[in-house]
Amino acid sequence: MIHYIIRRFLYAFPLLMGVNILTFVLFFIVNSPDDMARMQLGQKHVTEQAVENWKQQRSYDLPLLWNEKAAAEEKITQTIFYQKSVGLFLFRFGVSDSGRNIGADIQQRMWPSLAVALPTLIIGLLVNISFALLMVLFRNSYLEHAGLVLCVILMSVSSLFYIIGGQFFIAKLLRLVPISGYDDGIAAVRFLILPVLIGVFSGIGSGVRWYRTLFLEEVEKDYVRTARAKGLTETQTLFRHVLRNAMIPILTGVVVVLPLLFMGSLIMESFFSIPGLGSYTIDAINSQDFAIVRAMVFLGSVLYVIGLLLTDISYTLVDPRVRLS
Amino acid sequence: MSSLLSRHIFTPFQAGLYRCGITLQTGKLRAPVLLLFFVFLTACDTGALNAPYAEEDENQSVLYQSFSERPKHLDPAVAYSANEYTFLSQVYEPPFQYHYLKRPYQLVPLTATAMPEIHYLDAQGTKLAAGADDNAIAFTDYVIEIAPHIQYQPHPALAKTAQGDYQYHHLNAVQINAVSTLADFTGTGSRELTADDYVYQIKRLAHPKVQSPIAEMMKNYIVGFDAFAQQVSTKPKVEIKDIPLAGAEVLSRYQYRIRIKGKYPQFIFWLAMPFFSPMPWEADAFYEQAGFADKNITLDWFPLGTGAYLLAENNPNRRMTLVKNPLFHGETYPTEGEPEDLQTGLLADAGKSLPFIDKMVFMLEKETIPYWTKFLQGYYDASGIASDSFDQAIQFTGSGGIALTDSMREKNIQLETSVAISSFYMGFNMLDATVGGNSEQARKLRQAIAIAVDYEEYISIFRNGRGIAAQGVLPPGIYGFAEDKAGVNAYVYDWDNGAARRKSIDAAKQLMSEAGYVNGIDPKTGSALILYFDTAAAGIDDRPTMNWYRKQFDKLGINLVIRATDYNRFQEKMRSGNAQIFVWGWNADYPDPENFFFLLYGANSKVQHGGENASNYHNPEFDRLFEQMRNMDNSEQRYRIIQQMQEQVRHDAPWVLGFHPKNFSLFHSWYKNLKPNLMANNTLKYQRIDSAERAEKRQAWNAPVFWPLVLASVVFVLMLMPALNAYRRRVRETLQ
Repeated sequence: MIHYIIRRFLYAFPLLMGVNILTFVLFFIVNSPDDMARMQLGQKHVTEQAVENWKQQRSYDLPLLWNEKAAAEEKITQTIFYQKSVGLFLFRFGVSDSGRNIGADIQQRMWPSLAVALPTLIIGLLVNISFALLMVLFRNSYLEHAGLVLCVILMSVSSLFYIIGGQFFIAKLLRLVPISGYDDGIAAVRFLILPVLIGVFSGIGSGVRWYRTLFLEEVEKDYVRTARAKGLTETQTLFRHVLRNAMIPILTGVVVVLPLLFMGSLIMESFFSIPGLGSYTIDAINSQDFAIVRAMVFLGSVLYVIGLLLTDISYTLVDPRVRLS
Repeated sequence: MSSLLSRHIFTPFQAGLYRCGITLQTGKLRAPVLLLFFVFLTACDTGALNAPYAEEDENQSVLYQSFSERPKHLDPAVAYSANEYTFLSQVYEPPFQYHYLKRPYQLVPLTATAMPEIHYLDAQGTKLAAGADDNAIAFTDYVIEIAPHIQYQPHPALAKTAQGDYQYHHLNAVQINAVSTLADFTGTGSRELTADDYVYQIKRLAHPKVQSPIAEMMKNYIVGFDAFAQQVSTKPKVEIKDIPLAGAEVLSRYQYRIRIKGKYPQFIFWLAMPFFSPMPWEADAFYEQAGFADKNITLDWFPLGTGAYLLAENNPNRRMTLVKNPLFHGETYPTEGEPEDLQTGLLADAGKSLPFIDKMVFMLEKETIPYWTKFLQGYYDASGIASDSFDQAIQFTGSGGIALTDSMREKNIQLETSVAISSFYMGFNMLDATVGGNSEQARKLRQAIAIAVDYEEYISIFRNGRGIAAQGVLPPGIYGFAEDKAGVNAYVYDWDNGAARRKSIDAAKQLMSEAGYVNGIDPKTGSALILYFDTAAAGIDDRPTMNWYRKQFDKLGINLVIRATDYNRFQEKMRSGNAQIFVWGWNADYPDPENFFFLLYGANSKVQHGGENASNYHNPEFDRLFEQMRNMDNSEQRYRIIQQMQEQVRHDAPWVLGFHPKNFSLFHSWYKNLKPNLMANNTLKYQRIDSAERAEKRQAWNAPVFWPLVLASVVFVLMLMPALNAYRRRVRETLQ
């Protein structure tokens, strides 16, 4: 397995380089270093000299990908791409164009994101799987039909509605929790109740239907019939056998997103004033802060690769027939 | 409170589960559920369940406000945005400030002992007599004396050892690695503010590594600024303290002199902005140590000033906290104001020591819904009014006035309105072949458009009535702004029954005909005249506004094509002169007409000179008047010249004079000493909070409501019953 993991990491290098180049090209097609300078310098009293000074201080006065005037290897190293992107592979994210250390910002902001995303994922998973199993248990009954209709209704409603509705009902009318905010340590719990509740609730419709499909596929298989013939009750069959055998598709969906939980949720964090990473990239795009954009895209790619690798590894844990080679 | 909560929340929940017969009876789930609620209740250490703040702050004099955009810079040499000044201006103290109550806006000393001595000099440096001819003035000296015994806030950069050495100026890598924030430094120190600190800050403005946004502009004014910038470009910041700058010189421990080129009376206003605040060299010596920037411990993030407050917490993703500076030099509430200030109680605290508020907590709120809700719950002391909550807060009276709605009045909320010192306009590119130039045809076309674009309607539709249509370049509150008939734009409005009435569209059509576009037909093409509106407003939310502009032009038969693009391309078009019609705005740097008229001065043309004259307007007569007016002190002659300039702009119509925004702000009844001051940013020290009233009202407004939870639990249990029966039936069927 170790060889497999090493190989996968080596495969990731060209992939990450490709992502880096693509991000770089796309960003600089839309924004020139002059545009970035003007955005950072504001709108008042910005002169050409100020723009040139800004670029020089941040090495944005270099050519983008190829420095014709430089000698030997400096043709590559004395470029914006090399100067700004190579350090990423060592997880040196550098300083944002507005002067903040990106690594320190990420470290500070990822924990609140995780504090919302992780409980939402775990509780959501438990709730969705439980409801899906119940629907499979009551399949072909009015309860299943009613459940399905309810799921479709829940799916059809925008997540924004759940957020605004939840805030209005629970925080404004009932006044049971703060409508938004965050705090350190254990005090954060009461700020997290509402976003987690809404996060779980808004995912029930699609989640339950998805898991129900997985379980229904399993429940028709021979081993289930054998289990029933053995005299197991329906609940025993579902929880002991069907659930276990449906774990591979469940893990495919779940493990891959685990590392990305750090990246946060834009809307949720914005509405609940969670100081997470959710808006970090969008804010950076809006302020044309290339340093943050490249760092976050790179980090997202790395986490996704790690997520896929973890998924593969998790298969071996739930299904002894799977071997990584 | 906890026991009370447990009775209300816990019992029905427990009972509901008990009826289900699936959890608490077993004892297996009881522990985690109890633990969960214990955690919940432990976290709820406040009076009300929905309180977003810690209980210990409840009865303190704490101001709670919000911010929607994180400040980018807190270095006074770099910061230049209103959201940054909200924090900076409480911490840093330039030598002068705006009087809190007096209008028109008036500068008064802050750390200075008096207003500066101003000396005019000729080219040889000889002092000129008062009233000397402007042409003879080669330099102006501002001699400023600051008060002694002003101390900096306690800060690690100023901490010293018993031997008198700076404690934290030579940290090694291990020591720097051990800290993660400024609060990790246990030692702090202070020292007296001196004239050196003001001069050092002016040098910082010049240093290319600081990248001050006003550096390029100050090169035109401060003597030797440009040469100094080149001289120090490769030197570390801290080294500049020993390199002389001709235009900024220390005269004594408490006195310094700034020498500027020529005469620039508006320079005094810059001395009231944070750019000219003092900076101890020790700040750079401390923050520039290798390794601090990696931890975001920088001067741009952790200010060091002498102001009434110090920044105790800087987490712009969540909360910024200012607390009273224990070493604040002391200042008293103004004893003079406008006549009505006495009646409104604004002078009730006259002569009392400032500041009144102990702590200010600014919370990040990006969305208007939670922000507005928290204000109504009493968790924010003040609020703006977003368009989606406007109807909840404001109603229009029969006479066209505005008033608070009943729900606001019930809560004793106060409304403060003020016209911003800003102008928004629709500009024509005067270099454009169709709408630009000084020809009669182009001028009449512009005037016709000025009549057709109904900004009163715009204000009503898009701004909920929050604005006043502009009659000239200057907003109210700026010297030279004329009221009533004398200030009306006679090319667009008629004075009728004591009010300005927009001319009819027929008048605009007549002008179109005179311009050669009868019914909007372009004689060159024989079809409707096509004009282009360049904008960066490309989002779906901007469509109604763009459609409205189309309709305004359509009144004249003009086909307006919206050329929406991204912000960068729009800026590029403006710089290269490829835009035709655009909308633009300007917020005053200082309350002087020069700061508005310079937007139309020929030498500031955007295309030719890269300046702020976005319309590229150039009229020799206007320029002559501007040059004459800008150096004058306020006087009857200056007023007359300003009116001439206003008239010239109205006649030439390089702008469709748009509107001046009106700010509506709401404040709770416990928030005292409020008077809108649009020039000053350091006003929080004058304001006061009645914490007892706030605590009482918060308690009354935020009692939790539990019965819907109980009801929902009962309904849930009732719904679960048939499901359980069905489950039992299903299990029995399977077994059979």
